[in-house]
Amino acid sequence: MSLTKLTASALTVAVFTASTAAARDQVQVAGSSTVLPYASIVAEAFGENFDFPTPVVESGGSSAGLKRFCEGVGENTIDIANASRQIKPAEVEVCAANGVSDIIEVRIGYDGIVFASDINGNAFEFTPVDWYRALSDKIVVDGAVVDNPYTTWDQVNPDFPAQPIQAFVPGTKHGTREVFEDQVILAGCEESGDFEVMKVALDDDKKAAEKACIALRTDGKSVDIDGDYTETLARIESNKDGIGVFGLAFYENNTNKLQVATMSGVVPSTESIAEGTYPVSRPLFFYIKKAHIGVIPGLQEFAEFFVADEIAGPDGPLAEYGLVSDPELSDTQDVVAEQKTIGTGS
Amino acid sequence: MTDMADTARHKGSLLVQDARTVKRNRAEARFKMYGIAAITIGMLMLAILLVTIIGRGAGAFQQTFITLDVPLLEDKLDKNGNRDLADIKKVSTFGYAPLMRTAFEEKVAAIGIETKLSGKDMANLLSKDAAATLRDFVLSDPSQIGQTVSFTFLAQSRVDGYLKDRVDRDNIANDKNISAEQLDLVDALIEAGSIEKKFNLSFITGADASDARPEAAGMGVSMIGSFFMMLVVLALALPIGVAASIYLEEFAPKNWITDIIEVNISNLAAVPSIVFGILGLAVFINYMHLPNSAPLVGGLVLTLMTLPTIIISTRASLKSVPPSIRDAALGVGASKMQSVFHHVLPLAAPGILTGTIIGLAQALGETAPLLLIGMVGFIASNPPDSIAEGLMSPNSAMPAQIYEWAKRADPAFYERAWGGIIILLVFLITMNAIAVLLRRRFERRW
Repeated sequence: MSLTKLTASALTVAVFTASTAAARDQVQVAGSSTVLPYASIVAEAFGENFDFPTPVVESGGSSAGLKRFCEGVGENTIDIANASRQIKPAEVEVCAANGVSDIIEVRIGYDGIVFASDINGNAFEFTPVDWYRALSDKIVVDGAVVDNPYTTWDQVNPDFPAQPIQAFVPGTKHGTREVFEDQVILAGCEESGDFEVMKVALDDDKKAAEKACIALRTDGKSVDIDGDYTETLARIESNKDGIGVFGLAFYENNTNKLQVATMSGVVPSTESIAEGTYPVSRPLFFYIKKAHIGVIPGLQEFAEFFVADEIAGPDGPLAEYGLVSDPELSDTQDVVAEQKTIGTGS
Repeated sequence: MTDMADTARHKGSLLVQDARTVKRNRAEARFKMYGIAAITIGMLMLAILLVTIIGRGAGAFQQTFITLDVPLLEDKLDKNGNRDLADIKKVSTFGYAPLMRTAFEEKVAAIGIETKLSGKDMANLLSKDAAATLRDFVLSDPSQIGQTVSFTFLAQSRVDGYLKDRVDRDNIANDKNISAEQLDLVDALIEAGSIEKKFNLSFITGADASDARPEAAGMGVSMIGSFFMMLVVLALALPIGVAASIYLEEFAPKNWITDIIEVNISNLAAVPSIVFGILGLAVFINYMHLPNSAPLVGGLVLTLMTLPTIIISTRASLKSVPPSIRDAALGVGASKMQSVFHHVLPLAAPGILTGTIIGLAQALGETAPLLLIGMVGFIASNPPDSIAEGLMSPNSAMPAQIYEWAKRADPAFYERAWGGIIILLVFLITMNAIAVLLRRRFERRW
């Protein structure tokens, strides 16, 4: 019995001394699962090369990460939010309302979004119009707005094989979804001329027409994937007709299982994205809480290390993993070094 | 009705079963068949599960290593030549890359392999972890600068996959991490004995690694995280649970209040574990300001989850102690408390321990509540130095680590996720076996 008592009291003492003495000494990061691999590569290298502990990087999606980021200032909130899209004005407002007023936006580079299917299946050469016609809830046929009637790809575009339409697209909590909607579905809607028809049908309301374009069909031809790309890959492996939306880096790590489709005739690669010829790409960001710099040890150093040439530059480990490095990286380095916040001209 | 001719055919008993008995016996035989079929299906599923897990995960315990003699060049590592640790620390892991290139070029030249690959392409066969290994070595013993030291480095995941038949020459056409020429070099180095596959201890003892180096990832640190969480659960759930059950079972009056408590305890045992995670986030992190990702918080959340299990099993084992024991103790003049602590509790102890161990095993395999308190993610901290640090510094847990690996892009992580499951299963089987043994050894039947 005395041994148990001893252990119990030792444990209590340990807990209390720890909770009073321990100021958090490692950087906490959360957010986009697209940025997660890059952030963890940097975190690992940071832990190796500096005397600070290795930062903790969680995923969960851009929106979820920014929501946690905006919860407030203090040791029990995260320091950095990763995002595969830019922060929205509404999120900045929520942040400000919770006391997170000074946010530093850091663009780390670009990432391509690719369309890939099973390695042994049919090859596709897509255009945004094809994706819009295949997946939008309402499309224009013979001048009238109707529910999407297509079930196979050859109905969408006679050049395609008669493969059933089955798409796995990122769920709405992913930043990738927004890029997919804006740069593929909406672009296809506008390119096909359907946008004008919808605008007229909706009393010239541009916003409503955009919304109508990007509303995806809900009859099971388009499936939202709320998990990570591994889940999309698993869906494609079990359904060989499926075509999934992936990040370029994920595809490049699974080239033995996936074949990639071209978009508007361009094969996705870090080169074609850097040149700007591949149409579907987006910048990746992380956001730093300025109030935490100087309080959480290593935060400023971590941010500077993240955008340093040897990490985020064209020959760094991030580019090797699949990030398209930012040609204006030196500007980003200035933003971090001078701690320029959003709204003060960054 | 049977006649005499029919009965004459019976060789054994003369008893003639009537139609209803035959029907009843058939029903019994059918029921036995169903039972055997159910067990067979269960065993078959278990066999499939185990074969899949071991088949896919066993590879994680083996890793490909490359042996190299690395010249620790002074002009790269210590330009001032004064062996000052602060100066040597300024050379980051990127500064060690040229050493690896030189080492590889020398190695290939020494063996006499013809290859068109550049030094950089050759060094790419090594894990990104190699530079870190080298840097740690130099920092721990700066006097070695200037010497040539033989190292055994991890090979990168594609090379490892090639030796494990995960990667073959047919499907690397689009793979930018490995080329056919590099595989030719790998073949030649295997021939020369510089590349070999062997047991990988660091998978069991090491920390998580980033997506760029799956070959370096290990379970060790998350195992420590799980250990500290279990420590918290044991230290809190056992005394609280046992005290609550003793009071409820032996002292509390039986009225509607205790009935409500009883119903609620049973309900709590059935609450989905993610709910405890949300509760933990709200109470322990947002209100009590305990740190994110700390095993202490994880342990507290799992304590809440395990408490009902422990209370229910403790009450059951207290109930199974016959009233005659209590009566006898009270009869010879023991107080109520003496009768409980001197007689009832020791007799119920084996059952309590069994329930606790099973509760702990359940908590050990739990991931969902940890998602919300920040214990799932890339957490590659060093093993903690003290109990306080172990409780407070960020860590993951075994099931969370498995979940994390299963999500990652590189197929090498997939293998490690299965390997992690093997380790977790070994722990669970051990704990459950201890529970069974304790029960066998100490249980008394009345």
